[in-house]
Amino acid sequence: MENVLTKNIRPDQRPVSLKEYEEAGGYQAARDAVKKKTPKEVQEEVKKSNLKGRGGAGFPTGVKWGFVPLGDDAPRPKYLVANADEMEPGTFKDRVLLEGDPHLLIEGMIISAFAIDAEVSYIFLRWAYKKAEAAIEKALAEAYEAGYLGKNIFGSGYNLDMFLHTSVGRYMCGEETGLLNALEGKRATPRAKPPFPQTSGLFGKPTIVNNVETLCSVPSIIAKGADWYRKLSATEDGGTKLYGVSGRVNKPGVWELPMGTTMREIIEEHAGGMRNGLRFKGALPGGASTDFLVNEHMDIPMDYANVSNAGSRLGTGTLIVLDDQTCPVGFVLNLERFFARESCGWCTPCRDGLPWVERILESIEQGDGRNEDLDLLNMHTKYLGPGLTFCALAPGAMEPLQSALKYFAEDFERHIKEKRCPWRH
Amino acid sequence: MVTIHIDGTSYQVDEQQNLLEAILSLGLDLPYFCWHPAMGSVGACRQCAIKIYKDENDTQGKITMACMEPAKEGTYLSLNDAEAKEMRSHVIQWLMTNHPHDCPICDEGGECHLQDMTVMAGHAYRRHRYNKRTYRNQYLGPFINHEMNRCIQCYRCVRYYRDYAGGDDLDAFAAHNHVYFGRHEDGVLQNEFSGNLVEVCPTGVFTDKTLKSHYTRKWDLTTAPSICHHCSMGCNIIAGERYGSLRRIYARYNGKVNGYFICDRGRFGYEFVNSDKRIQQPMLRKERNADPEPTDKQTILRHIAERIQNNDRVIGIGSPIASLESNFALQQLVGENRFYGGISNSEDRLVKTVINILRQGPARTPSLKEIENADAILVLGEDLTNTAPMMALSLRQAVRNIQKKIAQKLNIPYWQDAAVREAAQEEYSPCYIATPAGTKLDEVARKSMRLAPVDIARLGFAVAHRISNDAPGVDNLSKELASLAAEIGESLKGAEHPLIVTGTSCRNENLLHASANIAAALKNAGAQPSISFTMHDANSMGLAMMNAGTLAQAKHEVQEGNADTVIILENDLYKRIDEDAATEFLDQCQHLIVLDYLHNKTTSKAEAVLPVSAFSETFGTLVNQEGRAQRFFEVHIPAEPVQAGWQWLKDLSTAAGKNAMSDWQNFHDFTRHLSNAMPQFKDIEAISPPPGYRVADQRIPRQSHRYSGRTAMHAHHNVHEKKTPQDKDSAFAFSMEGYRGQPPPSMIPLFWSPGWNSAQSINKYQIEVGGGLHGGDPGKRLIEPQEKADSPYFKNIPEPFEPGENRWLTLPGYHIFGSESLSMHTPGVAERAPGPYLSINDHDAAQLNIKDGADATYVVADRPYTLAVKINASLPRGVVELPAGLPGLPTAILPAWGKFSEASE
Ligand SMILES: Cc1cc2nc3c(=O)[nH]c(=O)nc-3n(C[C@H](O)[C@H](O)[C@H](O)COP(=O)(O)O)c2cc1C
Ligand code: SF4
Ligand code: SF4
Ligand code: SF4
Ligand code: FES
Repeated sequence: MENVLTKNIRPDQRPVSLKEYEEAGGYQAARDAVKKKTPKEVQEEVKKSNLKGRGGAGFPTGVKWGFVPLGDDAPRPKYLVANADEMEPGTFKDRVLLEGDPHLLIEGMIISAFAIDAEVSYIFLRWAYKKAEAAIEKALAEAYEAGYLGKNIFGSGYNLDMFLHTSVGRYMCGEETGLLNALEGKRATPRAKPPFPQTSGLFGKPTIVNNVETLCSVPSIIAKGADWYRKLSATEDGGTKLYGVSGRVNKPGVWELPMGTTMREIIEEHAGGMRNGLRFKGALPGGASTDFLVNEHMDIPMDYANVSNAGSRLGTGTLIVLDDQTCPVGFVLNLERFFARESCGWCTPCRDGLPWVERILESIEQGDGRNEDLDLLNMHTKYLGPGLTFCALAPGAMEPLQSALKYFAEDFERHIKEKRCPWRH
Repeated sequence: MVTIHIDGTSYQVDEQQNLLEAILSLGLDLPYFCWHPAMGSVGACRQCAIKIYKDENDTQGKITMACMEPAKEGTYLSLNDAEAKEMRSHVIQWLMTNHPHDCPICDEGGECHLQDMTVMAGHAYRRHRYNKRTYRNQYLGPFINHEMNRCIQCYRCVRYYRDYAGGDDLDAFAAHNHVYFGRHEDGVLQNEFSGNLVEVCPTGVFTDKTLKSHYTRKWDLTTAPSICHHCSMGCNIIAGERYGSLRRIYARYNGKVNGYFICDRGRFGYEFVNSDKRIQQPMLRKERNADPEPTDKQTILRHIAERIQNNDRVIGIGSPIASLESNFALQQLVGENRFYGGISNSEDRLVKTVINILRQGPARTPSLKEIENADAILVLGEDLTNTAPMMALSLRQAVRNIQKKIAQKLNIPYWQDAAVREAAQEEYSPCYIATPAGTKLDEVARKSMRLAPVDIARLGFAVAHRISNDAPGVDNLSKELASLAAEIGESLKGAEHPLIVTGTSCRNENLLHASANIAAALKNAGAQPSISFTMHDANSMGLAMMNAGTLAQAKHEVQEGNADTVIILENDLYKRIDEDAATEFLDQCQHLIVLDYLHNKTTSKAEAVLPVSAFSETFGTLVNQEGRAQRFFEVHIPAEPVQAGWQWLKDLSTAAGKNAMSDWQNFHDFTRHLSNAMPQFKDIEAISPPPGYRVADQRIPRQSHRYSGRTAMHAHHNVHEKKTPQDKDSAFAFSMEGYRGQPPPSMIPLFWSPGWNSAQSINKYQIEVGGGLHGGDPGKRLIEPQEKADSPYFKNIPEPFEPGENRWLTLPGYHIFGSESLSMHTPGVAERAPGPYLSINDHDAAQLNIKDGADATYVVADRPYTLAVKINASLPRGVVELPAGLPGLPTAILPAWGKFSEASE
């Protein structure tokens, strides 16, 4: 397989300069798109590639772009925003691209912005990504200098400005509408949909928010064509995917692999298997807000449909592995503590439900659990579900909990019965 | 209309509504918090969960928030679905995890929407076994108490305060279950409509501090519908009493007037009723220079009767804050030609001009609700936030009309509040404001300009000329103003509902003429303009409609010896005319008889003073600036011998052996006779039902069915329960007994419905939520314009303003707190009022070498005043402003020329 996302990334992760990037064929796709294609044609190509959003929800990218009004009477300015907030626990895939190859993101953004005829674009970056911030700042300066950004880019008559915005570091800033509010200087609470950002987004104007990895996949699609891109994949969903592993494995890391690589291959081959003396107990396949997969799922292809059929979500494609010597209650407590803290406080179930969940798990973990606590946890997994809370944060928070209650029920019960955490001595 | 199906029954509902609104409009119950009928939906609280089905055959359904779903044809939904109900009870359970459960000591208890919704959602048993979080409360000023622990994070307060009322010093802070609603630091809430937080907040976070200082439960209040007396807008209020003192004011919903809200002056300005400056006994001065002494009712009546019996030299001076009935009674007592208006000549001219313009047409005076529909607005001369506060709030809604169009284009229903505001950003319908000094509303105006009153009028005349060539043009207009006039003219002409707002606060007749010309020009150009005039007092309009003589004429009568006995009704002349002139006039009156409720300079000059009821102690009818006559009702009976002005006047008349009013039995007779006597008031009788009105043979109770302590409260005097006082004047009862259903809309003593103890029960009284009251919104419009094809134009265009040589045009500057004297008896209002000051343009100040904050001696009407200087760069050069209405300042005589005395230069 040919790498499309990580092909330029150096082993030491030093960012690729504009010169190096261009020597490797960079910016040719953007130049071609902007000068020779129409926005509609770019959209069509991306639609055909079956590229799905890598930010977690997996919505087909080309289809999403198609909702943006085009033509002379479209509201202006239109915006493209790269979601580089990456605050999902266990997820560190965009970071690799942002730090190592910022021009790939810029090129992807130029093509994507052109596809919706946007004139302003933002990179919304996680506050803690200092290295990425420096790399992007430098790359943006280079791109402006070279005339690839600003007025009349590549001499095509198309104008595009691009700004870097460093966020203040809240998980909710990664949710696309919370992100837009934050970018406008408002509280990072989400917005109701409809209206979708495609029609009323940043400052009320048509806006596309895409994940960094999604945008970085675009240049190759334009350069080599949708059919070529689709064939990189092992399954229905097109292209390659950055998969990552964290947890007590031998070689935690991120790898670009064909879409649909199995969990077994990712953990055993690329991550070097479990550390000595530890056994695999389960994994969150796509970041903290996805349901556990367990041993029986080792061989399913990790693509959108298959992971979903297994009762979870591909999410960001970065696995968090739970081993048999880590307490699953403590593991989930740690996650729920994060989610409760990161709740934006807008809607009742999440704002007041998550802290309750956190405290119940704390009680159980400390040997103070009661039988009715499990009912309360189950109640939360049901009533913090999709559609019941305002945004997807709370339902996401319930995914690891509900699957832990299902797969590791015995462990929860032991805590309560023995009035202690069996993993602590 | 569309058909929706709720738990197996089909209903017709309005497709402009969301499902929550549709459900509530049908009279069904569904709990909610974050939605508010005046502010739409944001979907935050998740309390309004219902089940929606794909179609008739879908049995599974999906839990959905009713407030975020449009009412679509063929929607199948369930309120009773077990899962939906469970969700609703969980929402309460979550909210309650941190709620302090301090209802017994909470000011909101008994009218708390959170209590009601908790009961409605059916959550009862606490399963959360952890500590609650606590907050530090803030000092928010004299009006609002803050108790953050009770907060349920519905976000209504910030949406109301910031989005609806335009405030910027209240916000949501922090995140997760530690969101905080307050100011960035302790301090006085600055918005003029902050008091509505008390009603908007569904629980006891923001409560009325003035009520707290003499607290009473809602169910223990005796309440009746009333009308705010603190400006000319005539906002509808509910006043509540306990133990003989007035405890609080609540907004009374009127779909055509103030809607759900009132301003802070209206809400908190009531404490004058309880003031120790109240006149409690008749006072009589036995000889001209003797001290007045308290006396009894019979003595004073006899004394005055002697003065007026067989005396044809008695005149009466009425009042723009007294009711039509009291003014009418005075007129009856003294005779039609001997009744004078009691306002300055200039004021008198202005109000009469207004009435002529409104009667002539062609433009109609809009209600506050109609003002919210205006899509192009021109304000001439009025600082509305301070002269007609609720109109300013209406204009803030009106400028959003363009946002409706933007939302429509994007298929966003208007009730989806956050989305509409996001899509529309700061896009506002055109609003132009021309005033002498900057105003708060400028922030939503397309353009605002600072001009002297005559120049504002010239701009107005020029606008009229731009709209229609027939309207007289303005010579020598600056280029800048000419192009502005063109822009404003185009904007008004192109609008569907153009609105011109002006008023009497600049005391400049040219402004009124210019406004009338614009309205006429618009009409001639085929547009449908409306025109609104603010006035000074709660019944300025009503008094002016009585065609009374002027104060100057009254003075003339006294001077000529045609009058020796002068009866003044609820009117401190020192606030109306120059102080020396007032003293001179009052000294000339041989026998001065004054009826009032507060001691003031005029009462101190009187031979006889009669203690009259304040607004909450009597009945009356007022005409607001729209020309809408509205009735207020007695809430509580004042301690004898205090009684209504009209009652005293009748008693005087009878005592003097006159039979003009001798067979008028009750308040209603005064109204009836007035409506018969003056055709302009013929409709006022029908504002509310007569005293004999009964529903199911019952009166309307002023007290709730939970009213407590009826026997105990008098037990220290007498253990027998007191006889309930009979109300001969209205169909209300001073009692808990009576008809418990919905009374006629003009007679709603409080909003209540089973299960709905808070102001949210208003839903149950409306035809549809946020719409008119069942039975029609109360009040009767008295003035409709003649539909004449072309009205004549005013032709007297003033010369442009020329700054004087060493003299300054001195204008009144208005303050919501400070410019109205009754409300100043509330300590909190006085605290918010400015001290005496003089404001002046920065260039003028520099030229005079006076600094901001320094004292200057300023001479106006030959009297020197030492005042702190406030530099106000927005003022035009050559103009000085003094705060209107503050005691000790000569604002009654403004505009006038003044100068700085040598000492300060
Ligand atoms: C709580 C929350 C946090 C999120 N954080 C991120 C993030 O950090 N980066 C990201 O790309 N998407 C994040 N998402 C998903 C975005 O809302 C959005 O779906 C995504 O940016 C769309 O891009 P895509 O279509 O390219 O996947 C988050 C979603 C939620 C609910
Ligand atoms: S689920 Fe509700 S409280 Fe939680 S982050 Fe989303 S909007 Fe905020
Ligand atoms: S203070 Fe009151 S209105 Fe504001 S969020 Fe809290 S409960 Fe709601
Ligand atoms: S706007 Fe005027 S009438 Fe209305 S509440 Fe305020 S002071 Fe009273
Ligand atoms: S009222 Fe519907 S979510 Fe709050």
